[in-house]
Amino acid sequence: MNRSLAAGLGLKPQHFDDALACAAPGLWFEVHPENYMVAGGPRLAWLEAIRGAHPLSLHGVALSLASAEEPDARHLDRLAALVGRFEPALVSEHLAWSTWRGAYRPDLLPAPRSRELLERVVANIGRAQDRLRRRIALENPSHYLAFDEHEFGEVEFLVEIARRSGCALLLDLNNVFVSSNNLGYDAARYVDAVPGDLVAEVHLAGHSEDPQHGAALLIDSHDAPVADAVWALYERLVARIGPRPTLIERDEQVPSFDQLMAECRRAQGVLTAAAAMPEAA
Amino acid sequence: MTSGGLATFQDAFARALLAVDPAAGGDEAIRRLAAQPGFAVYRNTVLKGCIDALQANYPAVTRLVGEQWFRAAAAVFARGALPAHPALLDYGAGFAEFLESFAPAAELPYLADVARLERLWGEAHVAADAPLLDPAVLARLGPRQMTQARLVPHPAARWRWFGQAPIHTIWSRNRACDGGSGEFDWRGEGVLLSRPSGEVLQRPLEQAGTAFLDACAGGQSVHDAVIAALDVDGSADFSALVTTLLAAGAFGALERRDHEET
Repeated sequence: MNRSLAAGLGLKPQHFDDALACAAPGLWFEVHPENYMVAGGPRLAWLEAIRGAHPLSLHGVALSLASAEEPDARHLDRLAALVGRFEPALVSEHLAWSTWRGAYRPDLLPAPRSRELLERVVANIGRAQDRLRRRIALENPSHYLAFDEHEFGEVEFLVEIARRSGCALLLDLNNVFVSSNNLGYDAARYVDAVPGDLVAEVHLAGHSEDPQHGAALLIDSHDAPVADAVWALYERLVARIGPRPTLIERDEQVPSFDQLMAECRRAQGVLTAAAAMPEAA
Repeated sequence: MTSGGLATFQDAFARALLAVDPAAGGDEAIRRLAAQPGFAVYRNTVLKGCIDALQANYPAVTRLVGEQWFRAAAAVFARGALPAHPALLDYGAGFAEFLESFAPAAELPYLADVARLERLWGEAHVAADAPLLDPAVLARLGPRQMTQARLVPHPAARWRWFGQAPIHTIWSRNRACDGGSGEFDWRGEGVLLSRPSGEVLQRPLEQAGTAFLDACAGGQSVHDAVIAALDVDGSADFSALVTTLLAAGAFGALERRDHEET
């Protein structure tokens, strides 16, 4: 766990020059390693340059930890190569599946939280951490479907996985907000239930309403500024557990680097205020 | 968990993601999920992810046919060929062949070759880094050593002769936003892509040049590669050709086969 990191930004290719030149103290960047799983060329050179100037986080979207099969060995090798080369401050993945029977589906797919899934995810994280020789953080995904078959609540499930595999948690507060809206539970209660000692990183992002179903179905679209309700969850969390590395994510309708930095500074303000307070139990 | 277990669930869920009617499958649990509005979010996201990746990898094809047409065609391709792995920069092998047999694309017979050239650009973009062959190494060889040696193409070098249409011109005009203008000289064209430093560079290459590089890549000696080049163009200027290829960064190494020195 790296608690010395402050607020960071998801790095978009169109912002490479701004990111490289930015001298904001403590600023770090996060990328999806899948976009850098190449043999060579300018992409890796760009990332090398960024890494020379700022700490880096590798946030995987495709290890498919919630599949009924082991993580793809070639994918894990490529991830390990990136971890070895770029020495990221943080490495994270999702409680989701995407690769299954030799085909990759570019999404974070859900599965019923069963005893079988628990065993499988713990084993898959163990395999990944052994290969990467480091602890990873596991992110709570956004939910759009109600399952009758869940045997565990999500926080209970994540905590059990973390305790057994030794992984940390990446708490995505926008995902909590979107899921609580879509499935009808209390987001603040969810956030309050997450043990602070397990949280290695926090994600903040924007969401949007489904064009057909409106506010009843929120989409984790990363195409808007962080919503006020998500900022409120963030302040609540940080007041309870203290500062954690916090990322602003934006993937669609990407604004200027300066606009994203303004959100980053807002998160930094929350962290700085919390750092001045004695950490709560 | 349902009686079928996680693997059974994933099989049924994966099938329903791409099915015309996701609620029509035999699995009761999947039918209940597919009946919820949220199931469409996963269906849309998976397909959008594939289409976005193809559009990013085939910008000139997109510009030629328009975004709407491209995305509709890409959806058909994606439903038949999901990515084999998550590095989506590599997604779309087989897209050119798909376009070749895609009936709505029949009016644009050159489209598949433009896609082939985009694919080559993508390969050059992500190929391994390696030093370029120093022309001085070649200059130090005697004529006999030279003809017996083998020129090894650089890992990022890609080339192809397109005999039917000016594919390089069509591609480069539609790849760059400035487009370019002027009449097309409707004849075959060859192209060389290389990455001597940083970004991928492109230049036209005559058929003799592509034949020469094909022979080099096939492990043939300089002598045999020259024969291959002369076979397609008896008037090819071998010395100028090699100078051009060296300057463009087409070669990564030279293997001597005269056994005189290491």
